[in-house]
Amino acid sequence: METSPPLLRLSNITRSFPGVLANDRVSVDFHAGEVHALLGENGAGKTTLMNILYGLHAPDSGELLFEGRPVRVGSPAQALRLGIALVPQHPLLVERHTVAENLALGLRDGLLLTRRRLLAKLRERLADHPLQVDLEARVESLSAGQKQRLEILRALLQGARVLILDEPTSVLTPQEVAPLFQQLAQLKAQGMAILFISHKLDEVLSHADRITVLRAGRKVGELSAREATHEQLVRLMLGREAVPRPRLAPAQPGVRLEVTNLEVRSDRGLPAVRGASFTLAPGEILGIAGVAGSGQGELVEALAGLRPFRGQARLEGEPLEGLSPAQLFARGVAHVPEERRAGTVPAMSVAENLALRTFRTALRRGPWLDRERMERQATELIQAYQIATPGPRAPLRLLSGGNIQRAVLARELAGAPRLLIAVHPTYGVDVGATEQVHRLLIQRAREGMSVLLVTEDLDELFALSHRVAALYQGALRGPWPAGEVDFERLGRMMTQAAEGAA
Amino acid sequence: MMEEFLQALTRALSFGTPLLLASLGALVNERAGVVNLGVEGMMAVGALAAFGVASETEAPGAAVCLAMAVGALAALLHGFVTLTLRANAYVSGLALAMLGLGVAGLLGKRYEGAILFEPAPELPFTVAAGALAVVLWGFLHATRPGLVLRSVGENPAAADVLGVNVMAVRYLAVAFGGALAGLAGAFLSLAYRPAWTDGMTAGLGWIAVALVIFVGWSPLRAVLGAVFFGLLYYLQFRLQDQSQVPTELFAAMPYLLVVVVLALAGLRRTQGSAPAALGRPYHRGER
Repeated sequence: METSPPLLRLSNITRSFPGVLANDRVSVDFHAGEVHALLGENGAGKTTLMNILYGLHAPDSGELLFEGRPVRVGSPAQALRLGIALVPQHPLLVERHTVAENLALGLRDGLLLTRRRLLAKLRERLADHPLQVDLEARVESLSAGQKQRLEILRALLQGARVLILDEPTSVLTPQEVAPLFQQLAQLKAQGMAILFISHKLDEVLSHADRITVLRAGRKVGELSAREATHEQLVRLMLGREAVPRPRLAPAQPGVRLEVTNLEVRSDRGLPAVRGASFTLAPGEILGIAGVAGSGQGELVEALAGLRPFRGQARLEGEPLEGLSPAQLFARGVAHVPEERRAGTVPAMSVAENLALRTFRTALRRGPWLDRERMERQATELIQAYQIATPGPRAPLRLLSGGNIQRAVLARELAGAPRLLIAVHPTYGVDVGATEQVHRLLIQRAREGMSVLLVTEDLDELFALSHRVAALYQGALRGPWPAGEVDFERLGRMMTQAAEGAA
Repeated sequence: MMEEFLQALTRALSFGTPLLLASLGALVNERAGVVNLGVEGMMAVGALAAFGVASETEAPGAAVCLAMAVGALAALLHGFVTLTLRANAYVSGLALAMLGLGVAGLLGKRYEGAILFEPAPELPFTVAAGALAVVLWGFLHATRPGLVLRSVGENPAAADVLGVNVMAVRYLAVAFGGALAGLAGAFLSLAYRPAWTDGMTAGLGWIAVALVIFVGWSPLRAVLGAVFFGLLYYLQFRLQDQSQVPTELFAAMPYLLVVVVLALAGLRRTQGSAPAALGRPYHRGER
C-alpha cells in the first residue's frame, strides 16, 4: 500500500504488567509526512505503547525499527537522540523558569549561559520556525496552548523527526485547537511523522491521515481516515454499538437553587468569583464553562461547603451559608469534585469509599460501624453502577479512572440528592464510562434532580445542559438557553474580555 | 561609638562566616531539590577532622581539605539513604545531625580541651565565603550546569526527559552541601575558636538550615542574612556579659533564633520561592 518505507515501525510489541496484558503483538508503521492517530478506550494500551516508543517502558518482546534498523530505546534521552519526542498531556516544563530557560535545558552546547547570550542564540535558531513565543515570559504565566506550543518547539529544536502527542486537545480551549492542528499540518508538510493519541473521534477523523484502533491491548483495526466513519470507529473501540444518549427532558417549574451576588475568594485571598447570580430549576442541568482558573473551582467549593462566601445561596429557600459538606449532603446537595483524588481515599477499600457519605448515619450501629451492611450496600452499588472491581474489599486505587468515577457517582447519587454539583465528571474517563455518566445525569435530571455541571469539554456541556454559562476571570456570563448560543460564541465568552452580550 | 560599631561588625562577620558557608552549601543541595537537615552533624565531623589534622600535622590546608571531604562523605551517606533508598529525607537528615554530633564527640575524646597553638586566620574564610556567594549566584543564573541544577530542583521529570541525569546532579549537589558544612566546621575549630570541645558547633548548623529559608534560596541574600544573624549572635554574647539572666537561657538562644528565622520567613512569605520539587524523591515513571 505505502511506497516509502516507514520511518518508525513497531513490530509485534508485547508488554505485560502484573495481571494485565497491556500490549499484545501490536504492529504499527509510522511514515514521515503523515499524521497517525492512536485511538482507544482507557486501558486499551495506548499509553503503554507510547511509553515503549519513548523509552519509559521496555517491551517484553517485539522490535522497534527506526529507518529500517532495529533500535533499543531505553530512556527518554535515547528516544530524543533518535529523533523521537513526546509532547505529554500535562506539560513537563519548569514552571518558574522562563521560556528561554526551558528551551535551553534541552540544548547541549555552551557552558556560559547569560540571559543575553541565551536569547541571542535562541532567536537565531528559532528564526525559521513559525511557532513564535515570548522567550522571556515565565512558563507559569502561559496558557495551556502556549505551553504546548513551547513543548513542540523544544522538540523541534532537538531535531525531532517523530513527534508523539498525548491527548493534545484535552487541555486546550476550543479556540486553541484549530491552531494546534494547523501547526501539526505544517510540521507534516516538512516531513515529520506525527502520532497523536486521542479518544475524541471527531478530531481523529478530521485531522489524522491514518487511524490505528486499540482495544484491550490488541490492535483491532487500522484504517485510512478518509474511509473511516464515526460509527465504524466506535464499534472498533468499544467492540459493540454505541448506546444512544437519552434525551433531555424539559426542566420543571420552580426554583431549586438560587444564587445571588456570590463572591468567593481564592486561596491567595484574591477575588475569584465576582458577584455571580443564577437560578437552577428542579430537573434542570446548568452547564458552566471556563478556562482553568477562571473561578469555577472556587464557585463549586463555595456551594459545596468547602469555602466561605459572601452573598446568598439558597436551596429551595433555605440558606446554605455556613453549612458543612456533611450538613449539605443531609439537605440533598451532592458533590462530584474535580480531582477524583479529593473525593476518594485511594488506599481504603471500594466499600469504605462508597460508605464515606453514610458511615455516620445509615451505616451506624451504636458507636460502631455496621460493616456487614456497608459491604451489602457496596455490592448493590457495584452492580447497579457496573463498577469493575475485584470486589468490595479491594483498595480503590486499583481501579481505573472510569471505575473510580463510577464509584464517586454511585456514592453521591445514593442519597437521592436534590442538587448535584459535578465538576469535569468525564475527565480522563473512556467512552464507555462517559456514556454511562451522561446517561445517569440525564436520567436523574428527568427524575427531578438539578445538576450544576462544570466542565471544560464543550461537547459535553452542550449535549447535557438545558442552559449554559461561561466564567471569565470570576465573572459569570449568562446563563443562556443552550439552543441560543453556539460553540464559537461560548468559546469567546470563556476567553475574551470584551463581549457585548454579557 | 564608631569603634563599638566597627567591633560589632567584625564580630558579626566572623560569627556569620560559618553560617554563610554552611547555608550556601545547604542552599545548593536544596536548589537541586534535596533537603539535608544534617548540617549540624556534618559541621561537627568537619570541625573534628580539621582539628585532628591541624594538631597532628600543623598543615591547615590539609586540615581544611579533609574537613570538606569528611563533610561530603557524611552528606553522601544521606544522599544514598534518601536518593537511592528513598527513605524520608527529614528523618534521615535529623539522624545525620545526631550521628555527626555523636561521632565527633566520641572520636574527639582524646582532643577534648586541647587547643591549637597556631590558629588559622579568620579573614581568608570570611573572604572566601563572600566570594563563593557571588560565584554561586553567577553559577546558578548564568551557566548551563546552574540551569540544570535549578531545573532538577524545580521539576526533575522535565529535566529527565531532556536527558539530564537527575540522580547524578542530586548526588553532586548533596556532596557539595556536605563539603561546605565541613568547611564551616573547619573554620570553627581552626580559626574561630582554635580548640576542640564537644558540641562546639553550638546549634550553628540549625541556624544555617533556617537561614536558607529566610533568604529565599538566594546566595546573595544569604550574605545579608548571615551578617544579620551574626549581629544577633554578637548582641547575645554582649547581653550575656552584662546581665543576670541564667546562662541556660542563652544556651537555648540558637534554637530560639531558628524559630525566629522561620517566623520571619513565614511573614515574608519566602516559602513561595522554595524549589518546587524540594524534598520530593524522583523516580522515573512516577509523577
